[in-house]
Amino acid sequence: MKIQEADAKSLLLAQGLPVPPWAVARTAAQARTAAERFLAGGAEEVVIKAQVLVGGRGKAGGVKLASEPAEAERIASSILGMDIKGITVRKVLVAAAADIVREVYLACVLDRDARKVLFMGAAQGGVEIEALAAEDPDAITYLHAHPHLGLLDYQARLLAFQLGLDAHLKDAVTVAQGLYATMLDNDADLVEVNPLAIVRERGTDGSAVERLQCLDAKITLDDSALHRHPGLEELRDLDEEDPVDIEARAQGISFIRLEGDIGCMVNGAGLAMATMDLVKRAGGQPANFLDIGGGARSDKVAAAMRLILADPSVRAILVNIFGGIARGDEVARGLVEARSQQARHVPMVVRIVGTNADLAADILRGSEGIETATSLDEAVEKAVAASRREMAPA
Amino acid sequence: MSILVGSETRLLVQGITGREGAFHAGQMLEYGTNIVAGVTPGKGGRTALDGSVPVFDTCWRAAQETGADTSVIYVPASGAPDAILEAVGAGIRTIFCITEHIPALDMLKVMPLVAAAGARLIGPNCPGATSPGRAKVGIIPGSIHREGRVGLVSRSGTLTYEVVQALTDAGIGQSTCVGIGGDPIVGSTFIDILELFRDDPETDALVLMGEIGGNAEELAATWKAEHLPDTPMVAFIAGRTAPPGRRMGHAGAIISGGSGSAEDKIAALVAAGVPVAESPSQIPRLLAEAGVRPS
Repeated sequence: MKIQEADAKSLLLAQGLPVPPWAVARTAAQARTAAERFLAGGAEEVVIKAQVLVGGRGKAGGVKLASEPAEAERIASSILGMDIKGITVRKVLVAAAADIVREVYLACVLDRDARKVLFMGAAQGGVEIEALAAEDPDAITYLHAHPHLGLLDYQARLLAFQLGLDAHLKDAVTVAQGLYATMLDNDADLVEVNPLAIVRERGTDGSAVERLQCLDAKITLDDSALHRHPGLEELRDLDEEDPVDIEARAQGISFIRLEGDIGCMVNGAGLAMATMDLVKRAGGQPANFLDIGGGARSDKVAAAMRLILADPSVRAILVNIFGGIARGDEVARGLVEARSQQARHVPMVVRIVGTNADLAADILRGSEGIETATSLDEAVEKAVAASRREMAPA
Repeated sequence: MSILVGSETRLLVQGITGREGAFHAGQMLEYGTNIVAGVTPGKGGRTALDGSVPVFDTCWRAAQETGADTSVIYVPASGAPDAILEAVGAGIRTIFCITEHIPALDMLKVMPLVAAAGARLIGPNCPGATSPGRAKVGIIPGSIHREGRVGLVSRSGTLTYEVVQALTDAGIGQSTCVGIGGDPIVGSTFIDILELFRDDPETDALVLMGEIGGNAEELAATWKAEHLPDTPMVAFIAGRTAPPGRRMGHAGAIISGGSGSAEDKIAALVAAGVPVAESPSQIPRLLAEAGVRPS
């Protein structure tokens, strides 16, 4: 699960990491109030950042500076409602613009090959790490935390020196170890601070001091561990979710809406992806990825059908079930039942093989509007053809 | 012979009295797998599967009394990491973990202990392995197999069944079919399994079923070119049309940061001399073109 920058910053703060204050605004007026507060507190400018769960918001015009409350309000109103990679911006983060001396990159991520947590650091921050890795691989320091001992002190110091944070050694070590603690405490699979910055601030006596600050944060959480962090589930951003995503999750169905017109219902993630690939190869366009999961009881089948039909562009449905744990007859019963409750008449191609496939065939035989197929290729072909036929009136 | 599981396997089922464990233990027994014990803490002394399998409280007791050498785990995610380590502690050397949704950080802690004991873990979130005609361990339907000499290794579940069925329908039998699981952190990689197939005199050709995410397929392709240059191998990659940044069901199946894409995997496999099928149904033909005969 991805979480918003503001929530990621809260998790870092909870580990005692240095994060400058921020406010989240859902309206331009709220953004203005927040800006007034930061400007009155001595900030020369405020930064206004779109809160969306996709990268590249800066390039899309979703990050801007303002030096007056009125300007902040104007900018916030232009960013709120903006579309960034298909997602409507509903919130902005407002913070005092930092006086940045230098930016570095620091992150920890699950390394599946090494089966360890991998730290990545670069003395050059504020850039995309993937781009840096491609351009100048030697610029990145990689090291693994020990699965039982964690990030050792010397490793944290090594990272600090590699990033050129010699003058802030103690704080840099705290940050590196804090990232690891954030990962562990929240079951994250990525904790990224980019940039981690040396910023110039005014000390209590008015003199300039340089401090290390986490200016931006990105955290993704392991979905399999969310159940043991009930507080984190609340960070799920329902603003950015389709209502169908919420229903799918409630039913234990993996569902992703896509652009096409052929609804797909499959058991198993690999088979679901392969089915979509074959639909595309046959000249069709899948309307979704849908893995109904193990078991596939008839009520789950009905729920899956609702998810698919909630998309008005669906012109045909392809059901591909390879019975193992899932029993073909259960699926078939669910399909027939869902069919009878269907408000919209969409042609359906069903292929059920494996456990109880013959019973499934008996149940489906004679069901109006349901075509059957034995092989996957045949099912895909029939579904693509059905999607191209004129639809019968409901 | 075969790999991982065979007629000599002495299988222990962890979670044998649970719903999943009981059902699949029955299926495995029916297939002819030699199940010697079950473990459910607190239910020691009873029997399972109509009296045919003794149930023990601990893996240690089960291994001591029955000589179990292989374990399969149907324990819920909250207890599965501990179940893996219990099997390791009892001296079990081949462990299949069927359980899905185990937090990745739990698996990170488990892995060094499995390795230090010299044990082999397959999964988690895997369908298990079947050596047709000899033993089936896990949840792969027994009916889809045929005995033969093609070894199959896959990251998927039902997609594996699809391909096994296609092979069987074409008369191409299998030595062993292994599902390594779709999680980001798995105990055995493609290469681990390919090494076993390399050393198996009864495996002549290979099928590798990959999917988007990570770079396990690329690593397998490089390994194959170096270590098994003359063994016929055919591959399939699921997720050619998956959009970047979206996780497709399997936690491991995501294209992120420009890596893990189907194109990269296919290019690596083709460069290693491995033809990549566009549809599971093409796999038998590609194997035949590589010289594999029906068994």
